[in-house]
Amino acid sequence: MERIPILQMGPFLLVTIQVDMHDQLALTLQDDLSERISKTSARGVLIDISALDMVDSFIGRMIDTISSLSKIMDAQTVLVGMQPAVAITLVELGLTLPGVSTALNVDRGMKLLQQRVLEQ
Amino acid sequence: MTVRSSGTHPINIEQDVVLARQLARKLATECGMRLIDLTKMVTAVSELARNTMVYGGGGDMDWQIIDEGARTGLRLLFRDEGPGIPDIKLAMTDGWTSGSGLGLGLTGAKRLVDDFELDTAPGQGTRITITRWT
Amino acid sequence: MAALQPGTLDAMKNNHTQLLAEWTNGLQASGATRNLKEQDLQQQTSEFLHLVISGLQNGNDKNIAAPGWDDTRLFLEKLSHSRALLGHDSQQTANFIFALKGPLFALLQKHYEGNPALLAQQLWEVSELFDALGMQTIRTFQKSRESVIKRQQEELLELSTPVVKLWDGVLALPMIGTLDSQRTQVVMESLLQRIVDTGSEIAIIDITGVPTVDTLVAQHLLKTVTAIRLMGADCIISGVRPQIAQTIVHLGLDLQGVVTKANLADALKLALTRLGLTISKAD
Repeated sequence: MERIPILQMGPFLLVTIQVDMHDQLALTLQDDLSERISKTSARGVLIDISALDMVDSFIGRMIDTISSLSKIMDAQTVLVGMQPAVAITLVELGLTLPGVSTALNVDRGMKLLQQRVLEQ
Repeated sequence: MTVRSSGTHPINIEQDVVLARQLARKLATECGMRLIDLTKMVTAVSELARNTMVYGGGGDMDWQIIDEGARTGLRLLFRDEGPGIPDIKLAMTDGWTSGSGLGLGLTGAKRLVDDFELDTAPGQGTRITITRWT
Repeated sequence: MAALQPGTLDAMKNNHTQLLAEWTNGLQASGATRNLKEQDLQQQTSEFLHLVISGLQNGNDKNIAAPGWDDTRLFLEKLSHSRALLGHDSQQTANFIFALKGPLFALLQKHYEGNPALLAQQLWEVSELFDALGMQTIRTFQKSRESVIKRQQEELLELSTPVVKLWDGVLALPMIGTLDSQRTQVVMESLLQRIVDTGSEIAIIDITGVPTVDTLVAQHLLKTVTAIRLMGADCIISGVRPQIAQTIVHLGLDLQGVVTKANLADALKLALTRLGLTISKAD
């Protein structure tokens, strides 16, 4: 079964979503991430969606869920690289992802994660 | 108003939803839609196609590229023979900040398109037509 | 009705240099070639004649929607578009094609001398073909013109509200005048794109120059702020005057943690602080 790869970078996990995901793939990613966070005791998760030219309510809620799940497991989530058209559409849909931290790109996202983890 | 081209696409399994999105993207590009409008349209298609599959028990997406004077439009009809939506008013009320809409994604999708028509009744399936113009 | 005779086609092929010369003269005389470069004109006339001859050879005669005329239709589309950009009108553009009729008819007259019935019929065939091509040109010209105008309108909208870089990582969007829904949308979209292009973390939307804000515009502003946050940057709204503040409260709009400042200077100060910068006097 196809899965989205999760990379480990020190205490953080990096996920780069580059394919047009069908629902099952998204749910699998959710499961895989929770398992990896637990297994590696990761302190942060970076989700890179700079390659996505569409994010619908299903994927939006998946991101929200991942963020909440991680928090429970003592990890911070940062979402990076959302394209302008996607951002505008999500807002129009009414999905504002209030509990999710964001950054412009992977570099800034990493810095943000390091900052957050230090704060704790 | 003339129909430049038309076709249909089945929506029965999960992969069909992805294919429907990709088809919509291709058609919208053909119409010459700007990126933002195209993104909104494809996202609306994703919502409605998923509904058709999940709540409608499977169905079809009929598409048309329409030329009306100077403007071109993409019109999509999502139809299923499922249970129908019992309380339309309830399904369509939603403040734009909440984004739940009973999980039907209808209110969100409506905001993403220019024209939105809902035709449904309990036991009579559902037909949703959306249109976006360039 | 019988189709184009091979004789007609041959006549065109054998005399194409002369046809081109007479056609070009005709075009120049009618003034249809003003602000056109000579080599461009030469290239276009010779290409079109070549395409017409191939189209006829493919045997599709007057049905210009057929695949045998695909290349010709493509050429006409490009021609229309380039003429539209030059500011020509549809008549001048279609004239490009119609001006070839004259020399062609003269050629056919000579070729079919002594056979008036055949000549009349061939002239009719050619005429119908050229009329169809002319109409096609006008149709594509209209479409091109409309899309050019649309694009110009959008560019104007963007120009009238430029996104300014105040500092590394700080963009400002000074909005001036009354905002209508469409203008606000176009402008917001360009701000979002600039944020991504420049990697700026802070965007300041200054509405000092906006006299009134209605529900729609206020909602657009809020949506923009939310979109900016989703993208990973921050937004500060500056220049919120008492009247606008009142409107926002009246409309019951939840500012959702949007930071507002009374003026652009204060917003810039805040932005620089957020970026960890301070300004000190040089002595």
